[in-house]
Amino acid sequence: MIHGHMARCVLSAFRSICGEDGVSLGEAVREQHGKDESVHRCRPPDVVVFPRCVEEVSALAKVCHKHRLPIIPFGTGTGLEGGVGAMKGGVCFSLRNMEQVLDLHPEDFDVTVEPGVTRKTLNAYLRDTGLWFPVDPGADASLCGMAATSASGTNAVRYGTMRENVINLEVVLADGSVVHTAGKGRRPRYSPGKSGYNLTNLFVGSEGTLGIITKTTLRLYGIPEAMVSAVCSFPSVQAAVDSTVQTLQAGVPIARIEFLDDVMIDACNRFSSLSYPVTPTLFLEFHGSEQSLEEQVKTAEDITQSNGGSDFQWARDTETRNRLWKARHDAWYAALALRPGCKAYSTDVCVPLSRLPQIIVETKEDLIENRLTGPIAGHVGDGNFHCLMVVDPNDPEEMHRVHLFTERLARRALAMDGTCTGEHGVGLGKRALLCEEMGPVGIQVMQSLKDALDPNNLMNPGKILQREEP
Amino acid sequence: MSGRVLVGVKRVIDYAVKIRVKPDNTGVVTDGVKHSMNPFCEIAVEEAVKLKEKKLIKEVVAVSCGPQQSQETIRTALAMGADRGIHVDVSGKDYENLGPLQVSKILAALAKQEDAQLILLGKQAIDDDCNQTGQMTAALLDWPQGTFASEVSLEGDKINLVREIDGGLEHIKINTPAVITADLRLNTPRYATLPNIMKAKKKKIVTVKPADLGVDVTSRLEVLKVEEPPQRQAGMKVETVEDLVVKLKEAGRV
Repeated sequence: MIHGHMARCVLSAFRSICGEDGVSLGEAVREQHGKDESVHRCRPPDVVVFPRCVEEVSALAKVCHKHRLPIIPFGTGTGLEGGVGAMKGGVCFSLRNMEQVLDLHPEDFDVTVEPGVTRKTLNAYLRDTGLWFPVDPGADASLCGMAATSASGTNAVRYGTMRENVINLEVVLADGSVVHTAGKGRRPRYSPGKSGYNLTNLFVGSEGTLGIITKTTLRLYGIPEAMVSAVCSFPSVQAAVDSTVQTLQAGVPIARIEFLDDVMIDACNRFSSLSYPVTPTLFLEFHGSEQSLEEQVKTAEDITQSNGGSDFQWARDTETRNRLWKARHDAWYAALALRPGCKAYSTDVCVPLSRLPQIIVETKEDLIENRLTGPIAGHVGDGNFHCLMVVDPNDPEEMHRVHLFTERLARRALAMDGTCTGEHGVGLGKRALLCEEMGPVGIQVMQSLKDALDPNNLMNPGKILQREEP
Repeated sequence: MSGRVLVGVKRVIDYAVKIRVKPDNTGVVTDGVKHSMNPFCEIAVEEAVKLKEKKLIKEVVAVSCGPQQSQETIRTALAMGADRGIHVDVSGKDYENLGPLQVSKILAALAKQEDAQLILLGKQAIDDDCNQTGQMTAALLDWPQGTFASEVSLEGDKINLVREIDGGLEHIKINTPAVITADLRLNTPRYATLPNIMKAKKKKIVTVKPADLGVDVTSRLEVLKVEEPPQRQAGMKVETVEDLVVKLKEAGRV
């Protein structure tokens, strides 16, 4: 916390670095920067600063380091695990004023962006070049924030996650020093960190606990020539997953495979007045040239049929594709509409594909047994699925049942060689689960890295790793 | 019927850029600033390409008036599916003073030269917001106009059009040849893909000067001054309705 004389001295240092307008003590501004889109309550920082360039970030970090003030980086606030809560107060670094797209190299398929640039902003910027950045976590998140949480998304089965697509980072460390994880200005074509330790992927997913990401260099892809979307119903979860596995094994470079369970389909039918058969359903999307699409769709259709799939429909033009995928697009709202007045919270685990049918079946039994509403949607190509828990926020008993359910689900995933967080990160709520997932030696290695880079535990304290509080 | 459509595309400052006024107040900063095709022109190109894909027209010709860089905008239109381009070279002071009246004279001359059946334009440009070029071009050619189009369908030698107007949607039927200006909801423009950008490099762009078309680009308008809008003042909170009335009276608003 910042008190008295230190407050005045620190605040005046902040103001001399980023200007009068660049420092805010306003209650509304602090609250806005103390919460994200998760269920975790708001934990506002003591002050919010708005640096305009990496030099200012570095200077501000030095002040915080000198006075032992916690530092919490903030991008767009669209996280889902409470990562931006200032657990011990401190200084929130709101990076939204650093919003430049720098150094686009279309022939090398790379671009460097600052933290204020969001996914949609970048793709709009790139639209005339024929390139795009395909990692799509749903929200219009800051790309540097996506690097910090190692975001994934519906396209991961074909294009990978942030981990595969971040080539270089510029990071400000706890003491204000600035590091370029692959060397300054370097843009190696394939995996980063060919020289020495892989620093880039150390910071990807570090959720602000090791440094502040001020630039990220991203790998770009060609915009697909054409897209085809398809839908298919299955008699069982097993049949849907088998079709997914076989499609991948057949070498079809499928772009998206989304799974909706029968409860979710029913909700979507009611919400959007559709008439999908109420049974496990796969939504597929294919990218490629006209000829390759024909082949991809044919192969996928044959596979689904051999697994008992029915009502296989596909479409090429935008309007019909959107209509086919409408259920998947509206899933969140359809889930909420099941119980008006309630809030929705998304669970997030991932297991090897072979275990997916089992975990979904067991999870559905758990939901029914505990009288919980949790339609299921998943990025089945990676073994990742979400239960959209629809819960009454004013009913503490139900909230508690949901909390216990989520823990059982995470443990069920861990028991099946999976992970407790599919794509949302560890943040605040999954620290204990991380210990179970990694084991004591794994956690100790992580803690050693943390101690080496941030011995005073100033960088986003209370996230990822639990620390014994004195 | 030639089956040829002329599409006007304008190079403007990209919609996502924060505009800054030049210190001498003569205009806005354009140097080093990202430019792209006017969003309404993108919609016009998309509509023309869709008509060609439906085989209702035969050729899409993209036209842009401006300096050398306008050719990049024409290339984008070619990557979206236009067949060839015409770059009307206007630069320097002439370009700074180029406005709807001169552009419409150029388009009218080109329409005659190319024997165009249809002219498709964006309803307005996002830099000057004039919303005049389409209407002026139609007047110069004495052609019917379908402006603010949100739906277009060809029926023989006539066009059925839905226009977005203040009161709602207006359905009209006009003869061809005609001028149509595209409104926001007409379509969603496609992205240029890499293979199409490659193909576009091989398509032809011809450069002409306004004088070649018999057009004088001298402007009848002179920009005196460009200023930023007034800065937004801080608001204030009041505790009661009585306080609010007092403050409004003080400010002379009541």
